[in-house]
Amino acid sequence: MHSLSASYGANIALKDVDFTVNENDFIGVIGPNGGGKTTLLKVILGLLNPVKGKMVFNSELLNGNSIGYLPQISTGDINYPVTVTDIILSGLMIRKGIISRMSLSDKKKANTVIDELGLEGMAKSTLNELSGGQMQRVFLGRAIIGDPRLLLLDEPANFVDTTFENDFYEKLKDLNKRMAILMVSHDVGTISSHIKSFACVNRSLHYHPSHEITNEDLLAYGCPIQLVTHGDVPHTVLKYHK
Amino acid sequence: METSIFQYGFIVKGLLGAVFASVTAGLAGTYVVSKRMVFLSGGITHASFGGIGIGYFMGINPVVGAAVFGILSALGVEYLSVKQRIREDSAIGILWAFGMAIGIIFIYLTPGYTPNLMSYLFGSILTVSNADIIALGTMSAILILYFGIFYRTILYISFDEVFARTYSSYVDVFKYITTSLIALTIVLNIRMAGVVLVISLLTIPPNIAMLFTRVYFKIVIWSVLAGFVGTATGYVISYYAGIPVGATIIFTLIIIWVLVKTTTLLIMKLSKRRNKVL
Repeated sequence: MHSLSASYGANIALKDVDFTVNENDFIGVIGPNGGGKTTLLKVILGLLNPVKGKMVFNSELLNGNSIGYLPQISTGDINYPVTVTDIILSGLMIRKGIISRMSLSDKKKANTVIDELGLEGMAKSTLNELSGGQMQRVFLGRAIIGDPRLLLLDEPANFVDTTFENDFYEKLKDLNKRMAILMVSHDVGTISSHIKSFACVNRSLHYHPSHEITNEDLLAYGCPIQLVTHGDVPHTVLKYHK
Repeated sequence: METSIFQYGFIVKGLLGAVFASVTAGLAGTYVVSKRMVFLSGGITHASFGGIGIGYFMGINPVVGAAVFGILSALGVEYLSVKQRIREDSAIGILWAFGMAIGIIFIYLTPGYTPNLMSYLFGSILTVSNADIIALGTMSAILILYFGIFYRTILYISFDEVFARTYSSYVDVFKYITTSLIALTIVLNIRMAGVVLVISLLTIPPNIAMLFTRVYFKIVIWSVLAGFVGTATGYVISYYAGIPVGATIIFTLIIIWVLVKTTTLLIMKLSKRRNKVL
């Protein structure tokens, strides 16, 4: 992304954003509500055209399923009569035309994804027969079936079952070996320890490449700060920026 | 001799009508029910009555008038809901009454012979012409081809429009085409079931089907079968009992739904009891 800006009418949501996603990075996107986190995803997905600047994709990213997307859970109608297999297969639609048939190898691939995500035996189920965590896995399956190079996640912290939350991040850690992940989190305080770098979005974007902390940066908060935790809690303190 | 030929033609017409009505209503109905567009479809139906009235007044085929009104109102509501300038249910409610008002005003303004309102409101097989049967047959072919060729595209757009937009720029095109075809299906079935009852012809068969299966493709197949049984049986009963065909078909379909629902409930209870005993 080069000095990219995006807006809704007169409302500028992102301004002069310069940003590069490196291979196999795991970026946590944090920032206040209305700061432009979701806008950033929309621009990357091509749902919103930037008013200024442009996005440059690695040439490899240009063929077919370069980007997988896990939206907020509510976008599909959970009572719709469509099976888990068919939902996961819809992740392949980007490389199919409007006249699309799913081949036997596509269906095999869907079965592999189903097994990988622990959804065995639910291939023919519809969403209203699944738990919240299982639904989330179905949508994750739809995002990864095309083996994307970049996985975009919007608000995956809204979990219905917390036991799945841990599994989910473990799963993301595995996937991160195959693809870069950009995860929008709305919980600024806590975030998965698997995240490698941070992007703070509040109209502008600041990229923090790694877990970082210097005294100088901490002084920049303008007041004494303390982190309070019990036990062995991984933590990251980011340096100050405007 | 003449009566038997008349009866033969009547039976063939009824049979073909039943087949085409159940195919078109099954395909369009499954989409409407799955996507929760029943109220929108009801609005389209009643709006198209305005076209019937204007058709009579201007001396053109009322079905053509209804088709124009039906498609325009369908596209209008889709457009408004995309732009989100007005609440969709309010828009449908206004359109619904507007169409009925226009229809009745123009039918009463038509000089000379006033057409039988009842046959349009509740359906009548006597007014179904050969041209109507041919039109329904053509519509069946169009819908089978359309849903057959674009099955996954249509399914995925209607399941999750937001996600579909991430990979396709044809989402709105498909929505407009599908809604127009549904409006046409409704209008062509008005002759048989009538303005007031046609929506049930679309909604009851998929609901019978969903008692057996939750897979979209299978719902279509079961809907067509259930629709055919209901339409053909209703047609025969209405012929022998001398009662309006639209009402008889809908009544038969509802009886089928109740019977199937009761049977599935009984089977579930029995199997539970058997499990308890074991």
